[in-house]
Amino acid sequence: MLTIENLHARVEGKDILKGLTLTVNPGEVHAIMGPNGAGKSTLGNVLSGRDGYEVTEGSVRWNGIDLLALEPEARAASGVFLAFQYPVEIPGVNNTYFLRAALNAQRKARGEAELDSMQFLKLVREKLKIMQISDELLHRAVNEGFSGGEKKRNEIFQMAVLEPKLAILDETDSGLDIDALKQVAEGVNALRSPERSFLVVTHYQRLLDYIVPDFVHVLAGGRIVESGDKTLAHRLEEHGYAWLAEHGEPAGAQA
Amino acid sequence: MSESAVPFVASTMAASLPVSGIGWLDEARSENLAAFAAAGLPDTRVEAWKYTALRALAQRRFAQGDAQAAARPVDPSLFALPGLDGPRLVFVNGVFRGDLSDLASLPAGLVLQPLSDALAREPEPLRFALSRRYREHGDAFARLNAALALDGVVLRVAAGAKVDAPVHLVFVGAAAEDDIAWHLRHVIELGEEAGLTLVEQHVGTDAARQLGTAVTDIVLRDGARLHHTVLQNAASETVLVRRDALQLGAAAQAWLHVLELGGSLVRHDLRAELAGHGARLDTRGVFMPRGRQHVDTQLAIRHQALGTASSSSWRGVADDRARGVFRGAIVVAPGADGSDASLDNKNLLLSPNAEIDTKPELEIYADEVQAAHGATVGQLDERALFYLRSRGIPLVEARTLLTAAFCRAVLDDLPDEALREHLAGLLAARLPV
Repeated sequence: MLTIENLHARVEGKDILKGLTLTVNPGEVHAIMGPNGAGKSTLGNVLSGRDGYEVTEGSVRWNGIDLLALEPEARAASGVFLAFQYPVEIPGVNNTYFLRAALNAQRKARGEAELDSMQFLKLVREKLKIMQISDELLHRAVNEGFSGGEKKRNEIFQMAVLEPKLAILDETDSGLDIDALKQVAEGVNALRSPERSFLVVTHYQRLLDYIVPDFVHVLAGGRIVESGDKTLAHRLEEHGYAWLAEHGEPAGAQA
Repeated sequence: MSESAVPFVASTMAASLPVSGIGWLDEARSENLAAFAAAGLPDTRVEAWKYTALRALAQRRFAQGDAQAAARPVDPSLFALPGLDGPRLVFVNGVFRGDLSDLASLPAGLVLQPLSDALAREPEPLRFALSRRYREHGDAFARLNAALALDGVVLRVAAGAKVDAPVHLVFVGAAAEDDIAWHLRHVIELGEEAGLTLVEQHVGTDAARQLGTAVTDIVLRDGARLHHTVLQNAASETVLVRRDALQLGAAAQAWLHVLELGGSLVRHDLRAELAGHGARLDTRGVFMPRGRQHVDTQLAIRHQALGTASSSSWRGVADDRARGVFRGAIVVAPGADGSDASLDNKNLLLSPNAEIDTKPELEIYADEVQAAHGATVGQLDERALFYLRSRGIPLVEARTLLTAAFCRAVLDDLPDEALREHLAGLLAARLPV
């Protein structure tokens, strides 16, 4: 279970998150929507431990531990996964090698046995089938020369292999055409399980037609200003984020 | 103050000049020694030595040669490389070691022998190389080498001969009682349409405090092809100065891969002349100084003929207080129209106290030339580091992974897979873990 309480975070001296509170139970899919600049990507970066994000107040408890006290690699080993909005190209590092190094590093950190190359290959083949991606991607350098769609699918593929307990999808729909979006969503849906939680961060409701959330939250001015079920996303799509202001955004949020 | 007051020069002059009994050779030796004594070691006001100070070296004294070299025990596993079990020539502290070499059953068309043997049998073919070169642009080490080198490698491949088995040249620095200096002179020639794979390896045993110099002439006649791989892993107290002159005839092609790992002060000069129409040279290299190592690589590539091509890609990784220097100078001479030259040098500093100085230079005096050059010095990509860590790879491992990937690119086109993987393994083993 993830419990975020009154989270304040600052980037380059600017306050971005200003009191975000959110609880995510195992198996739940939460969508975080909001206008540009609301702090959506900051949330994912803070949770995964990126440098340059300073938490000034509040707490994040993750299955009983203080998530914010952990190094990024320890957060990963504890089951947190961030699907990047802009996956990084790493020339010279083979995708398969990278993924095996990552999986074994996590297993080692958790005190589990590392997989040898045969065991790993078997696992990869299973996951490739689920993700419907060609194994040609595996032989290339990490994300190097990948199309936008390939990069996002590679993120989901990594998620399939690493089997996190909390997956944060940071604007995974950005830059995808409808076919690529469907493929990515199918991959995510195949990974839904009673133990795995998702935070789906998006600007548009479109993604949520394919990854149907249990809860939808609207992030504005650095905090959650509205929560509801999936119908909230449709209302937002119809009326736009401006509708929120009329509809009852807390006073002072625009200050 | 007289030059002989410099300990390095004084200790050099104290040794008696070797006498070969070959008139032109002895004359060249004494001429070069006199020139060395007159000029001494260059200081940093000399452009070619701007970033490599020899002040500390100038204060040291070296005994010339190692009288015990022929008897020093050397474990052959020191220079074992995968796939290299063909012809081999081994030198220990500058002295040829027949017991460690393998000159039995040389393939047809290959002449491979120590220079001392070649001089004893028939000196005349070596006259041009040993008596005339380096007068015009020779520096202190070239003169020193010309005066004092007693041995080296003579390698010739007959026209049309393709030598399949790689030829392995091994230079071992073995710990001696004194600080010693040794000098080797190599002459390599590939006849028209000849083919050769050459692996040059420098290794050392711990605490080998010595200066080694090597001067190599490589001539590729028209259509010849040479794959030359250099693994420099000298002992940590060794000063190594290598100077290669490479000449390529029409349609000749050379591929050079260099790994600079060892030594305390290492200098490598490569002067290449693309002298014949359509000649092509590819150079790839990595230098990885750490501790207080200083590694200086100087490329000078001259396009002299129509339609010649050169491509150079070098990586530097410096850690601790180490210093790397790279200069890549390409000249496309008048008349070398339609040539194609590229040079890149990317460098990584792993420590705030490490330094790399890089200087690409391009001079074009011909028409319709395609040229590109660039150099960078930087740190590891923070975004890539975070990406790896976010997947669970610990920081130190992530740094190692990225650094290895950065270096590996220059090995990618090395055709011998076993050797490539071995060298990649050596690179990886050098990285901080």
